[in-house]
Amino acid sequence: MGSRMLDPKGRSVVVVTGIGLVTSLGIGVRACWERLVSGHSGVKPISRFPTEGLRTTIAGTVDDLDVTPLSAHDLSLAMAEVAASEAIAQAGIGRVGHFPGPLIVATPPSELEWPHLNRLVEVPSDAELAGYQRILANARSGAFADLARHVRFAAIADSLQERFGTEGEPLSICTACASGATTIQLGLEAIRRGQTEAALCIGTDATVHPEGLIRFSLLSALSTANEAPHKASKPFSKRRDGFVMAEGAGALVLESYDAAKARGARVLAVVRGCGEKADDYHRTRSRPDGTAIIGAIRKTLEDACVAPEEIDYINAHGTSTPENDKMEYVSLHAVLGDHLARTPISSNKSMVGHTLIAAGSVEAVFSVMTLGTGVLPPTINYDEPDPELPLDVVPNVSRPARVSTILSNSFGFGGQNVCVVFSEEPA
Amino acid sequence: MAHRNEVWITGVGLVSSLGADAREHAEKLFLSGSGVVPIIDETRYSPYPVHPLVPLDFSSQISRKSDQKQMELWQRIGVYAAGLALSDAGIAGDAALLDRTDLVVAAGSGERDTKVDCEVLERLGSREDAALLAKEVLPSALRPTLFLAQLSNMLAGNISIVHNVTGSSRTFMGEEMAGLAAIENAFRRIQAGQADRILVGGALNAEREDLLLGYEIGHNLWRGPHRLVWERCDEGGGFIPGSVGAFVVLEARAHAEDRSAKPYARIAAVETDRASRAPGQTVQALMQLFARLNAGSNPSGPLLALSGASGVEPASGEELVFLASLAVQNPEITVRAYGSLLGHSVEAHFPLGIALAALALEQGSAPPPFGQSDIERPFSGSVQHVLVTGVGHWRGEGLALLQAIE
Repeated sequence: MGSRMLDPKGRSVVVVTGIGLVTSLGIGVRACWERLVSGHSGVKPISRFPTEGLRTTIAGTVDDLDVTPLSAHDLSLAMAEVAASEAIAQAGIGRVGHFPGPLIVATPPSELEWPHLNRLVEVPSDAELAGYQRILANARSGAFADLARHVRFAAIADSLQERFGTEGEPLSICTACASGATTIQLGLEAIRRGQTEAALCIGTDATVHPEGLIRFSLLSALSTANEAPHKASKPFSKRRDGFVMAEGAGALVLESYDAAKARGARVLAVVRGCGEKADDYHRTRSRPDGTAIIGAIRKTLEDACVAPEEIDYINAHGTSTPENDKMEYVSLHAVLGDHLARTPISSNKSMVGHTLIAAGSVEAVFSVMTLGTGVLPPTINYDEPDPELPLDVVPNVSRPARVSTILSNSFGFGGQNVCVVFSEEPA
Repeated sequence: MAHRNEVWITGVGLVSSLGADAREHAEKLFLSGSGVVPIIDETRYSPYPVHPLVPLDFSSQISRKSDQKQMELWQRIGVYAAGLALSDAGIAGDAALLDRTDLVVAAGSGERDTKVDCEVLERLGSREDAALLAKEVLPSALRPTLFLAQLSNMLAGNISIVHNVTGSSRTFMGEEMAGLAAIENAFRRIQAGQADRILVGGALNAEREDLLLGYEIGHNLWRGPHRLVWERCDEGGGFIPGSVGAFVVLEARAHAEDRSAKPYARIAAVETDRASRAPGQTVQALMQLFARLNAGSNPSGPLLALSGASGVEPASGEELVFLASLAVQNPEITVRAYGSLLGHSVEAHFPLGIALAALALEQGSAPPPFGQSDIERPFSGSVQHVLVTGVGHWRGEGLALLQAIE
């Protein structure tokens, strides 16, 4: 038992031993990574429903999984299963149908979609009922029990638990667009306090449906650069005009270093620390001085026992909205100071789009790949830098660089700010 | 195992059909002698009875009208109850403490605008015309700010905004499992020294057709005149939703003592699991949880079991078998299914049980039996230990053991 099994605060070191991924770039970590580092975009015109007349008609949809009829629940679950299978297989942990630890999964809102409501209202009814009374009367028949999974927030976690045999009560998480990072934080904390030796952490989101798109559109949050979809997501650039909705799932197997070493597992990365700070300023906007984001980054570095100067790459939240990218720069500068100018930072969302609930998980997987391959993924569409945000965004083409410590940022509506530090396995 | 901090409850915020704060609940539940009558509205959503929220002046906890307008009712209920818990704990308004107070919320879906839904469905007709939906109907029908409420974490977001709780913010989902996870997560973090003080709870607005629809699709609702939880088990089962906001402040003992906070009770243990609802599985899971619960703490003498049973079968019937088996080992166990009085509050139901347990231990007494049955017997002794049960109508089981602080 060497000291490397414990961190400087005397806590169990927690490592990543498996990763899995589904994004608009492809299925599987290798496919996604190869396209990511070659600067491909997964953003395309939406084909699954008519978009004529809508302000935004593009998204990073996942169209390669056979889910029919399509629904947010069924596609979110299918992607999560693919990503988790890949992560568990790579980790080589447990046995088939038994993962030796809890499931922690970030899932999108569970709600009936319009085709479901339409089915419910269309049943011929003998009574003179209208609206929800009619829908409720039809629901009473029991004929729509197959729709229950769409409105059960526990349903995705429950199916995953059935499939992978995770232990105990599965956790279903929502911290908006920080949710994926929160699953990692919860896993890290559970292992540190000795509650488990392993955790399966997943983020998944497939909510590119008409209502989902229109909601974000009404908030003026989405890019409307429909003519050239692959150019629409342009984080940190001067003409950025909003994010691009996207779908995806990321999965990570976390383990205590002890447990991973004991079974001879390959360590992909160390989860050095996590931190979070809630913002009380506004439902969709950060406090203008960046207090909460700054607090989250500082708490993360403190938790990770890492000095600001030790960060040598940043996986940005980088949504490509005017507000986010500015606040992310301001806050990073407040914490890293001059070191920020020497620190490359890139946004995977320039290629993948914004996978919302899943973003923290997807970007964690890319961060682990960055550590393992020594390649920094680019920020594409960086044609016109925003002079207000002087950053080394790894513009347009990827860059070889050995990095050992990565900060990954995730921010969400509702004042959610969560950051994670990943690093190489200690020598 | 590392040193474990003792976890105290130092604040309770409670609103329901019964009362507008913890004090009113304590008076009606513990001091009224003969027990109180449940408040039920059987007509508004007939055939579904619901327990309606008491009239509240939300302005007393949510002073800005603009904030209130940004929230749906379930959020206002939760923000209100959270404010009560913070005040009760002596934290409200203390910027330095609030900045270091963590937030854990159990939440479900946002509320749909059922009028808009109906309009949309009307215009869609039988065409399933997605183009029409996307182009003409939704953009004019949806309100941009309120849609944010579809995100489950927006109750937490509003609590941060209104009450300035900003240490951290986590929202658990999954119906009753959300409440189990929230309480367990807060408890374990404080116990392990990962947090000092956590505001934790949830809220349910039962008075919503869209909520009723969500549970009726799975055939989980009780229809017809009000029945007590245990009576419903024998008549096919089903839950009666109750509007509830339930938050508690959990605190490491040392931190509570440092600021001379008055504790209600200590949480000795929390255990959760997820079993299938195949015959016998729920009983078995509860037995195992109870064994784990007792491994670290050893309650002797009278035990009040505040059951969060929903009345949905087979979950509640199996819980009853579990409680009966406890009674064989410990004849001094007294059962109260608080859903009989307050309705079932899904995500908020386990936090509600924790809040009621805190009040029971503060009062040192058990509520009178809810209705007449062999299951709930009178109890007149002093309550020193409370077992709270939470068995999800579909999934999730949890037990918590709370003890009086001498």
